[in-house]
Amino acid sequence: MSEAWLLIVLTLDATVRVAAPLILAAMAGLFSERSGVIDIGLEGKMLAGAFAAAATAAVTGSPWLGLLVAILVACSLALLHGLACITYRGNQVVSGVAINVMVAGLTVVLGIAWFDQGGQTPPLAQTARFAPLELPFADLAHGIPVVGHVYHELLSGHNALVYLALAAVPATWWMVYRTRFGLRLRAVGETPAAVDTAGVSVNWLRYRAVLIAGALCGVAGAYLSTAQSAGFVRDMTAGKGYIALAALIFGKWRPVPALLACLLFGFLDAGATRLQGIEIPGIGQAPVALIQALPYALTVILLAGFIGKAVAPKAIGLPYVKER
Amino acid sequence: MKNDLPRWIDVGVIPAVNILLAFLVAGVVVVLAGESPLEALEVLVNGAFGYEEAIGYTLYYATNLVFTGLAVAVAFHAGLFNIGAEGQAYLGGLGVGLAALGLDGVLPGWAVIPVAVAASGLFGAAWAFLPGWLQAHRGSHVVITTIMFNFLASALMVHLMVNVLIQPGQMSPESREFASNAWLPFAHEALAAVGIVVARSPLNLSILLAAAACVFVWVLINRTRWGYAIRTVGANEAAAVYAGIDPRKVIVATMCVSGALAGFVGVNELLGVHHRLLLNFTAGYGFTGIAVALMGRGHPVGIVLASLLFGALYQGGTELDFEFDSITRDLVVVIQGLVILFSGALAFMLHPLALRLWRHARREGPA
Repeated sequence: MSEAWLLIVLTLDATVRVAAPLILAAMAGLFSERSGVIDIGLEGKMLAGAFAAAATAAVTGSPWLGLLVAILVACSLALLHGLACITYRGNQVVSGVAINVMVAGLTVVLGIAWFDQGGQTPPLAQTARFAPLELPFADLAHGIPVVGHVYHELLSGHNALVYLALAAVPATWWMVYRTRFGLRLRAVGETPAAVDTAGVSVNWLRYRAVLIAGALCGVAGAYLSTAQSAGFVRDMTAGKGYIALAALIFGKWRPVPALLACLLFGFLDAGATRLQGIEIPGIGQAPVALIQALPYALTVILLAGFIGKAVAPKAIGLPYVKER
Repeated sequence: MKNDLPRWIDVGVIPAVNILLAFLVAGVVVVLAGESPLEALEVLVNGAFGYEEAIGYTLYYATNLVFTGLAVAVAFHAGLFNIGAEGQAYLGGLGVGLAALGLDGVLPGWAVIPVAVAASGLFGAAWAFLPGWLQAHRGSHVVITTIMFNFLASALMVHLMVNVLIQPGQMSPESREFASNAWLPFAHEALAAVGIVVARSPLNLSILLAAAACVFVWVLINRTRWGYAIRTVGANEAAAVYAGIDPRKVIVATMCVSGALAGFVGVNELLGVHHRLLLNFTAGYGFTGIAVALMGRGHPVGIVLASLLFGALYQGGTELDFEFDSITRDLVVVIQGLVILFSGALAFMLHPLALRLWRHARREGPA
């Protein structure tokens, strides 16, 4: 019992680690898309954040400074996205793709030019990273069966950014559903004309939403390069931005369901990693690649309307034209 | 308001200025990387056109980009954004591989090659059919589903190559080599056969297929009833319904054509160059196709020009690796992103400015 139990707890623990950046990016996408701006560029903003955080931390030795720069860089990309989609009414998908492609190249070019290590940043010392935080009494709880295990292994011992990611969900929920800003945000994603009629600037609301998305993507990126790993590697987001987007859609553009989707996708990933090279009776080698593709397949099935119906914000993808 | 600008400014000057802006920003990146932008440009141009072999490589890369650029453009005409060209190209390659591996011992070359080409189109189309069908009948957004299908294609190929199609007794996930009767002749071989000697390069007869695809797309979009339906659905779906066009059929069919075009990348890469099934041969051509289609404004002539530019950048980019310590071919990816940004996302940025300048010039000049 204890060994199987420990395995489950450890897998869940890994799930939280894998899911943390997904949660941050999914919440980022939520702000942007609820305001009516499609955000394909989660991936690129995260990647830029990861590079900025690792580069800053490598030079200054401070993970917090790295986090700050990551947020700034991701926000400036978000501003670019806003400029293209909100001010110049360009195609939002095209703009997102442009950011993703540009950042994929830029991080490597600048990485090689500045650090000369094949596109990586120098490995970070322990002090330049976000260290695991022990929750109070975690050591004492270790002795207690079940509850103690959960507390010690699963809840305690993550870095600050994991807790930040988990806190981002109720914060997002509160902002979107319980504040005036949130009400307007949701309205601007459904019928921007009504918001405009009420005398509230559609563009300024959308810019704020896009900037919040940028900041959250920056945190997600910093998590990848200065908390989960010790440095930046080329293409280190590896599709996480798209998985987060899938989780957001899977959660029907709502914070708590999106969190659950992130945890589910994180669990599939953590589980698949654990199954690597293990023989399953009757099947043979575990088809790890196929298990890792499950989030994408599930999202397609959901989008097809076979598990509930995902209805996007009504004005999503449409630039707002006042004189209509 | 839009029609106030003469066509040559709208189709000629504005896109050119957008490309120029993209290259200017890329130049800034080169400066940030601590090198001279002019030197980098010189290496790029020399690497792409400086010698015979380089031109062959440039055309070989351009062949792939014509396929994916046309694929994205055809979908654009119907108002669909097909981000899935990458996955469709991957599956097209699977079709080529399965046909070649299955038939190369059975049929002669003149029979295997057409079957493999058809298989690439068929597999690519099949991979685009589902997103198209879901968009048409279930309202699932084709952008999201094609992104998901890219990842699914990649997972499927990894699974198949690692567990099923791998040549036994070998570590790297590659199939056995196709028998040589299933190889598409290289351009230097074909030209040598008629007495013209050119340097060896991966350029192969797929380029003829690409040329045919361009003509096909132009005729389809501009000269057929189907093309008219595609453009109508793209311009105004509601109007299309009143005109007696079923947008659902058009969407599904357009996605299939788009997927088939992307699938032909498999012909160039596998039948033409690698002669075996392997992983990651699509190498981002599907995404570059987006840049190509945007830059070429969805027109086959524009797409050929854009493909040549990006083919040259791909080939010239490899030279950057040799010539510079601190900039690599990844610079080409940056340029690609900037082109998508300026000629796609920010396409409307210069329009008001151009309009003002044009009006100003007209008032000044002889009216």
